[in-house]
Amino acid sequence: MFLDFFFLMREKGLRITVHEWETLLQALDRGLDRQSLLNFYFLCRAICVKSESEYDLYDRCFAYFFRDIKPVAKVHDELLEWLKNNKEADFKELMKRQLKTLSREELIKEFEKRLKEQKERHDGGQYWIGTGGSSPFGHGGYHPGGIRVGGGGMMGTASQIASARQFSDLRRDRILDTRSIGMALKKLRVLGRNQAHLELDVDQSIKKTVASGGEIDIVLRHERRNTIKLLLLLDVGGSMTPYTHLCETLFTAVHQSNHFKSFRHFYYHNCPYDYLYESMFENKYIKTKDLLKDVDESWTLLMVSDAAMHPYELTQQGGAIDFFFQNDLCGLDWLKKISKRLPKSAWLNPRPEQHWGIASTQLIRSVFTHMFPLTLKGVEDAISHLNLLNQKAL
Amino acid sequence: MNSFQGSSGYIASESLTEIVNIAIELEKPLVIRGEPGTGKTLLARSISESLGLPLHAWHVKSTSKASEGLYTYDALQRLNDSRFGDKDVSQIGHYIKLGPLGQAFSKDERSIVLIDEIDKADMEFPNDLLHELDAMSFYIPETSETITAKKRPIVIITSNAEKELPDAFLRRCIFHYISFPNKEEMRAILDVHFPDLAEKLVEMALEKFYWLRSIDDLRKRPSTSELLDWVQALHRGQFPVERLKKELPFLGVLLKKEIDLERMS
Repeated sequence: MFLDFFFLMREKGLRITVHEWETLLQALDRGLDRQSLLNFYFLCRAICVKSESEYDLYDRCFAYFFRDIKPVAKVHDELLEWLKNNKEADFKELMKRQLKTLSREELIKEFEKRLKEQKERHDGGQYWIGTGGSSPFGHGGYHPGGIRVGGGGMMGTASQIASARQFSDLRRDRILDTRSIGMALKKLRVLGRNQAHLELDVDQSIKKTVASGGEIDIVLRHERRNTIKLLLLLDVGGSMTPYTHLCETLFTAVHQSNHFKSFRHFYYHNCPYDYLYESMFENKYIKTKDLLKDVDESWTLLMVSDAAMHPYELTQQGGAIDFFFQNDLCGLDWLKKISKRLPKSAWLNPRPEQHWGIASTQLIRSVFTHMFPLTLKGVEDAISHLNLLNQKAL
Repeated sequence: MNSFQGSSGYIASESLTEIVNIAIELEKPLVIRGEPGTGKTLLARSISESLGLPLHAWHVKSTSKASEGLYTYDALQRLNDSRFGDKDVSQIGHYIKLGPLGQAFSKDERSIVLIDEIDKADMEFPNDLLHELDAMSFYIPETSETITAKKRPIVIITSNAEKELPDAFLRRCIFHYISFPNKEEMRAILDVHFPDLAEKLVEMALEKFYWLRSIDDLRKRPSTSELLDWVQALHRGQFPVERLKKELPFLGVLLKKEIDLERMS
């Protein structure tokens, strides 16, 4: 029964491992819970939960497991209240029994078994977003990958469930794993290797000189630097609002990656036409024509958009959603222009893949054939696709 | 071993002291996260005061390397000294300087290591410390010496969540999030800093402060340090408490973003 708590937490999406569970057992063994369920609550949380955005989830697991209450608002307060009133709870006994019945080997065996089951059930789905945002296992209120819970009108159920909890609003501040995207972006590189151009390796020169007792020893090396020039075009149109957080994550990650030779980014609404915005907040824009003059095929293009709009926005003259920017060239032609100028490109789509069948997405895919979902796996795939194109170009 | 109880200049919640003691007992590094102004950095100092143990602080910067926390070898100085011949350069050990972690390892008594704002450094930084924090020892190739902690230090790590920490690293740590102090806790904090403030002023200031924080679309919500400054400004400026109901004087002390200031005025 106690081990079930471990699996319950895992099932609900807490990324807890055997390593942590062992630490917890060790702590219990030393009596750090001091025979109080309240202390156990903090102890277990400190060891097993590694992000404040998961406190809420932990609270619900805890309440569910130890009290069998239905998830209701204010779980945290209620739970604490209950814990405080139950200092004498006999869970210690209960756990002791559990500790005895399962050896470490059994624990690991059971763990592996469950892990297997989980894989079979969840493989291939929106795995990463799931774990990133919260539970990957279909908890209606939390799943849709990092969408601001409680914000916007999209996720009615989510805001209803999560609005009242103490830790639930921390979810909003969460940087949805900028780290993993950052790590993925690190792979986006083409190391330029200019044979003719040698540069002084200062650190190595000092090291060598010191090692040879002060005999000046100059070390030269081939210039090796990332020659990737990245252009990021982000859709910030209305239908993108639910994905704001996801896009911010991607953007932050790209911005933090300082290993690109050049990096430029612009915004547009639904589809790029004659103008692109330089900032999301101010009305500063540049002519798309001018941008296309500025960049050449050595640039790598990353488009981020849900590719969801009325088809006429793509096919009609004057189809632009912005009243003030009436376009002579239809959206699809603009896309073709951009794609022709920047053949090394990938499209990241935050909408789940099963929704890509709609007309506008199909139209866009006829131009940008390489569309990837905006998940960790999608970003990785997009990057290996781009790297392949870059290698061919060399 | 005594347990941590908080110290005179630092208000620690019950759950926080509990977790600090768990981390000490389990000898695991403690990762502390929380909004600015929740006293993450001060915690280490408070533990050091409370337990009477020396503190080695390591303030991480974006250019920090993991090895700097262990030791640095100043080969250049050694070479320089050798040229002028006035110092004994035969001992490499003289040119090895231990970093905060290294110092803590080599102490005979238990000490506290603060690794402040670990998320400022490169993404690989925490991973580079995995082994050293696990085994509490490291090897210095220059002198073929292995430094092993005589007493495992208490390691406190703070993070602002600028970058997420790697899972493998977190797995080895105890984690605690310091939530923003509620009104009662904040009153106690104010009391520590300004023991002789009029109660009415404190009450009014707190009310206004939490009201400001509850506004959702502020770019930067005011935190503890801003409140302390503001209360001091109110006190020094002898601002009449009655007027505080309707006005927000010295707003620039609380809000630091132009957009927020414009919005509130």
